[in-house]
Amino acid sequence: MNQWQNFSKGFLKENAVFVLFLGLCPTLGVTTSAVNGLGMGLATTFVLTMSNLVVSMVKNVVPDKVRIPAFIVIIATFVTVVELVMKGFLPDLYKALGLFIPLIVVNCIVLGRAEAFASKNTFLSSVIDGLGMGLGFALALTILGGVRELFGNGSLFGYKFISGDGMLLFILPPGAFLALGYLIMLMHKLKKRIY
Amino acid sequence: MAKTESTFKNMLLTLFLVTFIASGTLGFVYEFTKEPIRMVEINKKNEAIKDVFPGFTNEPYQESFKVAAGKDSLTFYPAKADGKLIGVAVETYTNKGFSGLITLMVGFKMDGTITSIKVLSHQETPGLGQKIERDKSNFETQFEGKNPATFKLMVKKDQGNVDAITASTISSRAYCDAVQRAYDGFEAEKEKLENEKN
Repeated sequence: MNQWQNFSKGFLKENAVFVLFLGLCPTLGVTTSAVNGLGMGLATTFVLTMSNLVVSMVKNVVPDKVRIPAFIVIIATFVTVVELVMKGFLPDLYKALGLFIPLIVVNCIVLGRAEAFASKNTFLSSVIDGLGMGLGFALALTILGGVRELFGNGSLFGYKFISGDGMLLFILPPGAFLALGYLIMLMHKLKKRIY
Repeated sequence: MAKTESTFKNMLLTLFLVTFIASGTLGFVYEFTKEPIRMVEINKKNEAIKDVFPGFTNEPYQESFKVAAGKDSLTFYPAKADGKLIGVAVETYTNKGFSGLITLMVGFKMDGTITSIKVLSHQETPGLGQKIERDKSNFETQFEGKNPATFKLMVKKDQGNVDAITASTISSRAYCDAVQRAYDGFEAEKEKLENEKN
């Protein structure tokens, strides 16, 4: 597998949300608008890339029996860094994402990639894997957020082009499940056509 | 490099090092972001005070004080122009929201008239209870210029004077509750504030 395949698999072939179904809690929770989805996705990308980087560096030093607690501490550190920086410099985004930022710690994608990929592969492959998986996750969240914002509020990225209230259902929790279900169907159609 | 074996000593040492480095990093980042976070908080409060009670020349944030009310406390921000007290912005709260805590900033003139109200934080339903926010609907405008001494802070369903948001009676009731709490606190503290003025 070359590095380009390693990077691009996160977008469609092994997309965390549409194919692996990992990290669905933040996926369903924060995607009430495209901006929220993008912000959450990018925060996760940062954590995923950095944790993959560090985990691949320390993989030989950390004994097998304590690898999970060691990885969790590494991940939690990066999540807290993101939280503090966002609170100080991007307060509006922090307010919108709220509780879901600390919850990146328990996002199964992050630990999943650390365990399944970074602890077995080289430094460079791990960083590229983290970047690809993270951006794929961000893309999925942005699309889902965009769809929900479009139907529920008649706007996209805060830019309103249909006046009125829209279909409220799509902003509320059931809309997340509905939109995700249809998106998964479309993505699998697309995946079949390409691969 | 060979894999470190899982002996007791190795495990202890590794976990110690990992947590040591992690806590060091976090301490550094915390120090680095402490000041910006504080500034953001102050700016947010100042913006809210300016929104509900424009025209002051002092620094209400520096002169704020807390008063116990119910299970929590109200925060008073005295607004002064040329050293004279012209009004108070009161940070108030309610637990009766549809999804828990709502905090509001209410501006009062010294005679008790509400100048304006701003929602600081809430978890209400998007598209329904969310309309308590000023830029989402005109629910808030009915409070402006009203004095709670004559304007009954209850929704019409409860024989009050407030037009509730359609399909969001619980959020509207909670909103009234918070404003009422601010008014009660304001009335209780009014004398003290007036005395300070002279």
